[in-house]
Amino acid sequence: MPPRPLSPHLSVYKFKYTLTTSILNRFAGLALSLGLPLLVYWLLAVAGGAQAQARAMRVLSLPLMRPLFAALILAFSYHLTAGIRHLVWDTGRGLERKQSERSAWLVVGVSLALALLVAYCAWLAGARAL
Amino acid sequence: MSLRSPLGKVLGTGSAKQGVHHWWAQRLTSVALVPLSVWFVVSLLSLPSHDHATVVAWMGQSWTALLLVLLVLVGAWHSQLGLRVVVEDYVHGAPARTVTLVLLMFAHVLLAGAGVVAVLRVALGAAP
Repeated sequence: MPPRPLSPHLSVYKFKYTLTTSILNRFAGLALSLGLPLLVYWLLAVAGGAQAQARAMRVLSLPLMRPLFAALILAFSYHLTAGIRHLVWDTGRGLERKQSERSAWLVVGVSLALALLVAYCAWLAGARAL
Repeated sequence: MSLRSPLGKVLGTGSAKQGVHHWWAQRLTSVALVPLSVWFVVSLLSLPSHDHATVVAWMGQSWTALLLVLLVLVGAWHSQLGLRVVVEDYVHGAPARTVTLVLLMFAHVLLAGAGVVAVLRVALGAAP
Protein backbone atom coordinates (compact mmCIF):
# COMPACT_ATOMS: atom_id res chain seq x y z
CA MET A 1 0.00 0.00 0.00
CA PRO A 2 1.38 3.50 -0.79
CA PRO A 3 2.21 5.64 2.25
CA ARG A 4 -0.87 7.47 3.51
CA PRO A 5 -0.82 11.21 4.26
CA LEU A 6 -0.38 11.98 7.97
CA SER A 7 -2.93 14.01 9.88
CA PRO A 8 -1.54 17.28 11.31
CA HIS A 9 0.30 16.72 14.57
CA LEU A 10 -0.48 18.39 17.87
CA SER A 11 2.31 20.96 17.63
CA VAL A 12 0.72 22.87 14.74
CA TYR A 13 -2.36 24.03 16.68
CA LYS A 14 -2.54 27.15 18.83
CA PHE A 15 -3.95 27.00 22.36
CA LYS A 16 -7.70 26.52 22.52
CA TYR A 17 -9.66 25.36 25.55
CA THR A 18 -11.53 22.84 23.39
CA LEU A 19 -8.32 21.20 22.20
CA THR A 20 -6.70 21.34 25.65
CA THR A 21 -9.59 19.75 27.52
CA SER A 22 -9.88 17.08 24.85
CA ILE A 23 -6.20 16.09 24.75
CA LEU A 24 -5.98 16.18 28.57
CA ASN A 25 -8.83 13.69 28.67
CA ARG A 26 -6.89 11.37 26.38
CA PHE A 27 -3.69 11.72 28.42
CA ALA A 28 -5.65 11.07 31.61
CA GLY A 29 -7.14 7.96 30.01
CA LEU A 30 -3.67 6.77 29.00
CA ALA A 31 -2.41 7.30 32.55
CA LEU A 32 -5.36 5.36 33.96
CA SER A 33 -4.58 2.50 31.56
CA LEU A 34 -1.22 2.27 33.35
CA GLY A 35 -3.18 2.08 36.61
CA LEU A 36 -4.84 -1.16 35.44
CA PRO A 37 -1.65 -3.32 35.61
CA LEU A 38 -0.92 -1.66 38.96
CA LEU A 39 -4.37 -2.65 40.28
CA VAL A 40 -3.97 -6.22 38.99
CA TYR A 41 -0.47 -6.43 40.52
CA TRP A 42 -1.93 -5.47 43.89
CA LEU A 43 -4.86 -7.93 43.56
CA LEU A 44 -2.46 -10.75 42.63
CA ALA A 45 -0.26 -9.87 45.61
CA VAL A 46 -3.26 -10.05 47.97
CA ALA A 47 -4.21 -13.42 46.46
CA GLY A 48 -0.61 -14.57 46.88
CA GLY A 49 -0.77 -14.39 50.67
CA ALA A 50 0.45 -12.18 53.50
CA GLN A 51 4.13 -12.33 52.50
CA ALA A 52 3.49 -11.55 48.84
CA GLN A 53 1.25 -8.66 49.84
CA ALA A 54 3.78 -7.25 52.29
CA ARG A 55 6.40 -7.37 49.53
CA ALA A 56 4.05 -5.60 47.10
CA MET A 57 3.24 -2.94 49.72
CA ARG A 58 6.97 -2.27 50.14
CA VAL A 59 7.28 -1.81 46.38
CA LEU A 60 4.15 0.36 46.20
CA SER A 61 5.30 2.62 49.04
CA LEU A 62 8.71 3.37 47.52
CA PRO A 63 9.29 7.15 47.21
CA LEU A 64 9.54 6.57 43.46
CA MET A 65 5.84 5.59 43.41
CA ARG A 66 4.66 8.90 44.91
CA PRO A 67 4.63 10.86 41.61
CA LEU A 68 2.92 7.91 39.92
CA PHE A 69 0.11 7.89 42.49
CA ALA A 70 -0.18 11.68 42.28
CA ALA A 71 -0.51 11.39 38.48
CA LEU A 72 -3.08 8.61 38.85
CA ILE A 73 -5.17 10.70 41.28
CA LEU A 74 -5.09 13.69 38.91
CA ALA A 75 -5.89 11.46 35.94
CA PHE A 76 -8.77 9.78 37.78
CA SER A 77 -10.31 13.10 38.83
CA TYR A 78 -9.95 14.64 35.39
CA HIS A 79 -11.08 11.62 33.37
CA LEU A 80 -14.11 11.19 35.64
CA THR A 81 -15.32 14.81 35.40
CA ALA A 82 -14.42 15.26 31.72
CA GLY A 83 -16.04 11.90 30.98
CA ILE A 84 -19.28 13.03 32.62
CA ARG A 85 -19.09 16.18 30.45
CA HIS A 86 -18.83 13.95 27.39
CA LEU A 87 -21.82 11.89 28.52
CA VAL A 88 -23.87 15.09 28.92
CA TRP A 89 -22.83 16.12 25.40
CA ASP A 90 -23.99 12.72 24.12
CA THR A 91 -27.53 13.63 25.18
CA GLY A 92 -27.28 16.67 22.89
CA ARG A 93 -27.00 19.20 25.72
CA GLY A 94 -24.34 21.80 26.44
CA LEU A 95 -22.92 21.92 22.93
CA GLU A 96 -23.29 25.69 22.41
CA ARG A 97 -19.98 27.56 22.42
CA LYS A 98 -20.72 29.54 25.62
CA GLN A 99 -21.95 26.45 27.46
CA SER A 100 -19.00 24.32 26.43
CA GLU A 101 -16.56 27.05 27.43
CA ARG A 102 -18.22 27.25 30.84
CA SER A 103 -18.22 23.46 31.26
CA ALA A 104 -14.52 23.35 30.27
CA TRP A 105 -13.62 25.61 33.20
CA LEU A 106 -16.04 23.74 35.44
CA VAL A 107 -14.29 20.45 34.59
CA VAL A 108 -10.87 21.96 35.33
CA GLY A 109 -12.04 23.40 38.67
CA VAL A 110 -14.02 20.37 39.82
CA SER A 111 -11.31 17.89 38.84
CA LEU A 112 -8.60 19.87 40.66
CA ALA A 113 -10.77 20.10 43.79
CA LEU A 114 -11.58 16.38 43.56
CA ALA A 115 -7.89 15.51 43.07
CA LEU A 116 -6.96 17.52 46.18
CA LEU A 117 -9.71 15.81 48.18
CA VAL A 118 -8.63 12.32 47.06
CA ALA A 119 -4.97 13.12 47.70
CA TYR A 120 -5.83 14.38 51.20
CA CYS A 121 -7.87 11.24 51.96
CA ALA A 122 -5.04 9.08 50.58
CA TRP A 123 -2.59 10.90 52.83
CA LEU A 124 -4.91 10.35 55.83
CA ALA A 125 -5.26 6.66 54.92
CA GLY A 126 -1.49 6.35 54.62
CA ALA A 127 -0.97 8.03 57.99
CA ARG A 128 -3.60 5.74 59.58
CA ALA A 129 -1.89 2.63 58.21
CA LEU A 130 1.47 3.49 59.80
CA MET B 1 -33.29 6.98 -6.43
CA SER B 2 -30.17 5.28 -5.21
CA LEU B 3 -26.80 6.97 -5.09
CA ARG B 4 -24.93 3.65 -5.18
CA SER B 5 -22.80 2.86 -8.20
CA PRO B 6 -23.71 -0.16 -10.38
CA LEU B 7 -20.51 -1.90 -9.24
CA GLY B 8 -21.41 -1.25 -5.62
CA LYS B 9 -24.87 -2.77 -6.15
CA VAL B 10 -23.44 -5.88 -7.80
CA LEU B 11 -20.82 -6.43 -5.10
CA GLY B 12 -23.52 -6.03 -2.49
CA THR B 13 -21.08 -4.73 0.10
CA GLY B 14 -21.79 -1.69 2.20
CA SER B 15 -22.07 -0.82 5.84
CA ALA B 16 -21.34 -3.82 8.00
CA LYS B 17 -23.87 -2.33 10.46
CA GLN B 18 -21.23 -2.52 13.20
CA GLY B 19 -19.91 1.03 13.00
CA VAL B 20 -21.66 2.17 16.13
CA HIS B 21 -20.57 -0.77 18.28
CA HIS B 22 -17.25 0.72 19.43
CA TRP B 23 -18.84 4.07 20.24
CA TRP B 24 -21.72 2.47 22.14
CA ALA B 25 -19.45 0.11 24.11
CA GLN B 26 -17.30 3.07 25.13
CA ARG B 27 -20.35 5.00 26.45
CA LEU B 28 -21.76 1.94 28.20
CA THR B 29 -18.48 1.14 29.96
CA SER B 30 -17.93 4.78 30.92
CA VAL B 31 -21.39 5.01 32.48
CA ALA B 32 -20.69 1.83 34.46
CA LEU B 33 -17.25 3.04 35.53
CA VAL B 34 -18.57 6.24 37.14
CA PRO B 35 -20.07 4.43 40.17
CA LEU B 36 -17.56 1.54 40.07
CA SER B 37 -14.43 3.70 40.15
CA VAL B 38 -15.84 6.10 42.76
CA TRP B 39 -16.85 3.12 44.93
CA PHE B 40 -13.37 1.62 44.58
CA VAL B 41 -11.49 4.80 45.52
CA VAL B 42 -13.82 5.58 48.45
CA SER B 43 -13.70 2.02 49.86
CA LEU B 44 -9.96 1.64 49.41
CA LEU B 45 -9.30 4.92 51.21
CA SER B 46 -11.76 4.20 54.01
CA LEU B 47 -10.21 0.84 54.96
CA PRO B 48 -8.70 1.11 58.45
CA SER B 49 -5.42 -0.33 57.15
CA HIS B 50 -4.05 -1.97 54.04
CA ASP B 51 -2.44 -5.00 55.68
CA HIS B 52 -3.27 -8.49 54.44
CA ALA B 53 -5.88 -9.46 57.05
CA THR B 54 -7.89 -6.26 56.55
CA VAL B 55 -7.82 -6.44 52.76
CA VAL B 56 -8.73 -10.15 52.73
CA ALA B 57 -11.67 -9.56 55.08
CA TRP B 58 -12.82 -6.72 52.83
CA MET B 59 -12.51 -8.76 49.61
CA GLY B 60 -14.23 -11.70 51.29
CA GLN B 61 -17.52 -9.80 51.33
CA SER B 62 -19.68 -10.83 48.36
CA TRP B 63 -20.46 -7.26 47.36
CA THR B 64 -16.82 -6.26 47.40
CA ALA B 65 -15.80 -9.28 45.32
CA LEU B 66 -18.60 -8.69 42.81
CA LEU B 67 -17.82 -4.99 42.41
CA LEU B 68 -14.06 -5.64 42.14
CA VAL B 69 -14.63 -8.26 39.42
CA LEU B 70 -16.88 -5.81 37.55
CA LEU B 71 -14.34 -2.99 38.00
CA VAL B 72 -11.52 -5.10 36.55
CA LEU B 73 -13.60 -6.39 33.63
CA VAL B 74 -15.28 -3.11 32.69
CA GLY B 75 -12.10 -1.13 33.36
CA ALA B 76 -10.04 -3.39 31.10
CA TRP B 77 -12.69 -3.23 28.39
CA HIS B 78 -12.86 0.58 28.57
CA SER B 79 -9.05 0.84 28.58
CA GLN B 80 -8.81 -1.42 25.53
CA LEU B 81 -11.40 0.66 23.65
CA GLY B 82 -9.61 3.90 24.52
CA LEU B 83 -6.08 2.73 23.72
CA ARG B 84 -7.33 1.22 20.46
CA VAL B 85 -8.43 4.67 19.25
CA VAL B 86 -5.07 6.19 20.22
CA VAL B 87 -3.23 3.47 18.27
CA GLU B 88 -5.53 3.92 15.27
CA ASP B 89 -4.81 7.66 15.35
CA TYR B 90 -1.06 7.64 15.82
CA VAL B 91 0.42 4.32 14.71
CA HIS B 92 0.79 4.51 10.96
CA GLY B 93 1.33 1.60 8.62
CA ALA B 94 -0.93 -1.43 8.63
CA PRO B 95 1.55 -4.06 9.94
CA ALA B 96 2.70 -1.99 12.94
CA ARG B 97 -0.86 -0.95 13.74
CA THR B 98 -2.27 -4.47 13.52
CA VAL B 99 0.51 -5.94 15.66
CA THR B 100 0.05 -3.18 18.28
CA LEU B 101 -3.73 -3.71 18.37
CA VAL B 102 -3.35 -7.48 18.77
CA LEU B 103 -0.79 -7.05 21.57
CA LEU B 104 -3.04 -4.50 23.29
CA MET B 105 -6.00 -6.87 23.12
CA PHE B 106 -3.97 -9.81 24.48
CA ALA B 107 -2.53 -7.66 27.30
CA HIS B 108 -5.99 -6.46 28.34
CA VAL B 109 -7.54 -9.93 28.30
CA LEU B 110 -4.58 -11.24 30.31
CA LEU B 111 -4.86 -8.42 32.88
CA ALA B 112 -8.63 -8.80 33.17
CA GLY B 113 -8.35 -12.58 33.59
CA ALA B 114 -5.57 -12.32 36.17
CA GLY B 115 -7.49 -9.69 38.15
CA VAL B 116 -10.68 -11.75 38.23
CA VAL B 117 -8.82 -14.93 39.27
CA ALA B 118 -7.04 -13.00 42.05
CA VAL B 119 -10.29 -11.55 43.45
CA LEU B 120 -12.08 -14.92 43.26
CA ARG B 121 -9.18 -16.73 44.98
CA VAL B 122 -9.36 -14.32 47.89
CA ALA B 123 -13.17 -14.21 47.99
CA LEU B 124 -13.50 -18.02 47.94
CA GLY B 125 -10.85 -18.45 50.62
CA ALA B 126 -8.32 -20.13 48.32
CA ALA B 127 -5.57 -17.56 48.98
CA PRO B 128 -2.82 -18.65 51.39
